[in-house]
Amino acid sequence: MSVKEKFELKLGAATREAFGKALVELGKGDSNVVVCDADLSKSTFTHLFAKEFPERFFSCGIAEANMVSIGAGLASSGKIAFVASFSAFVLNKGFEQLRVNVAYPQVPLKVVGTHSGISIGEDGPSQMSVEDLSLASSLAGFTVISPADEVATFALVKEAAYFDGPVFIRAGRIKVPLVYGPEQKFEIGKAITLLEGKDLTFISTGLMVAECIRAAAILEEEGISAGVIDIHTIKPIDRDAIANAAASTGCIVVAEEHFTDCGLGVKVAQVVCETNPCVMEFHGMGNYYAESGTPEEVLTKYKMTGADVAVTARKALARKK
Amino acid sequence: MNKTSDIGELQAIAKRVRRHIVTMIAAAKSGHPGGSLSAVETLVTLYFDVMRHDPANPTWPERDRFILSKGHAAPVLYGVFAEAGYTPADSLNTLRSIGSIYQGHPDRRFIPALEASTGSLGVGLSLGLGMAEAARLDKSTTRVYVLLGDGEIQEGQIWEAAMYGAFHKVDNIVAIVDYNKIQLDGFVKDIMELEPLADKWRASGWNTIEVDGHDFAALQKAFADAAAFKGKPTVLIAHTIKGKGVSFMENNPKFHGVAPTKDELEKALQEIGA
Repeated sequence: MSVKEKFELKLGAATREAFGKALVELGKGDSNVVVCDADLSKSTFTHLFAKEFPERFFSCGIAEANMVSIGAGLASSGKIAFVASFSAFVLNKGFEQLRVNVAYPQVPLKVVGTHSGISIGEDGPSQMSVEDLSLASSLAGFTVISPADEVATFALVKEAAYFDGPVFIRAGRIKVPLVYGPEQKFEIGKAITLLEGKDLTFISTGLMVAECIRAAAILEEEGISAGVIDIHTIKPIDRDAIANAAASTGCIVVAEEHFTDCGLGVKVAQVVCETNPCVMEFHGMGNYYAESGTPEEVLTKYKMTGADVAVTARKALARKK
Repeated sequence: MNKTSDIGELQAIAKRVRRHIVTMIAAAKSGHPGGSLSAVETLVTLYFDVMRHDPANPTWPERDRFILSKGHAAPVLYGVFAEAGYTPADSLNTLRSIGSIYQGHPDRRFIPALEASTGSLGVGLSLGLGMAEAARLDKSTTRVYVLLGDGEIQEGQIWEAAMYGAFHKVDNIVAIVDYNKIQLDGFVKDIMELEPLADKWRASGWNTIEVDGHDFAALQKAFADAAAFKGKPTVLIAHTIKGKGVSFMENNPKFHGVAPTKDELEKALQEIGA
């Protein structure tokens, strides 16, 4: 079966919407689930939970630092507590609180950042979180999750709720292609191999997973066999999956909607260096901020399409030979 | 531990806590005596009279919570913990040493009975609000007490928390401002004046009580009034003296964060008395 036959990549819901729906399901099953938001509930989709369970929804106003600490207080009192905002705000404005009230005492707060990456489009760079995986990963003991589509988000939010420890989940604004079927199982910390390849392996996360599949389809027509691995858990990273890919294809291309200086790529490289060194290339945001435009325009201009990823793959393959 | 409302007994405990404070800081050769000594009566009143808690059962769900948001005053909390029986008194002098449970700032990893690890200023009131909200959701009678430094409330997050507490009518929390009027760099009025402080809290929607923070009877009454007040959170502005109880430390910015020498310790212990 060709890559194109295997993956229809039909447009699904936005991962933020899947997050909101997962919260409602969690809330129905467990009266201990509580949610805080900082005046963005209509955007983060926590308004779905607020409508169903107003007494368990805490409106914090535009005060993210306070919200993170309040969430930590709720979580340290035995609540399954979620705090949500745009990724750029909850991490940047709440970072100190995430460090001292959550990471350091290991409070099992669940932190959700929506509107991640540059795909938010029109709102522009002040709201574009292109360093969130790095910030969240720098918090000791945090688990960092970056789902590829609505199926993964729905499942992983529910996993995270009962996960023993602090968790950050990265979600996006726009509708993204479905990578997974409804029956797919997810385990925090366990990468998913979507395609097996012989010549190179794409390792990716978030909405770039679908673009890697598109890149694999393009390369397939050129006679190149590319694998695709979805790293939905950035930390702790699945070392075995990466080491095996490095050993089996000897060529890895990491693609992410994030600064390549400090994102998934450097984490993968660390594992590759420590296990099976091989040729690597890194596709993502360089040392600059993006700009306003439609999501499609922004993603195209900043080279976040399957065709762009395929270009990076050919560069890697040229070095492999 | 035996709880007591007797002012003579509370004064005797306070004296022992003050001796612990200066002794452990002298042994560590570093630490914060001034802001520890100013908060002694507040903590002794809370732990030995006002709060419902049980050192034999530190995870009792219905317990009241205390957060030392001004975490650098760890010695006063350690002195009170030792007197209450949470932690051993005989190792207080390991303060700030490697491996000691008495870390430079309170650390739950070393003392699980602590409600929070603190040290970075400005975050404790919000954390307390979260705990207070959890208690209200559980229909628990738990009350939450948060001790803030005066310099600490220059942090913006305090005022985010103030807005939240008033708007959500979190009336099971009490913030106490240890208003000793001195911060690291000098007198508060010269660094970043807080006045009119009571007006600021009142305008923020808090039940605001000014109290002599070294007067046990006044503190007891203030905490009782706070507990009886419904519909608003309460703040106690506790007027205190930095370095209280040791003449050469009182109102002396130097002793915000400097340990007494051996001679100074001897003099301090003499003044505090046995």
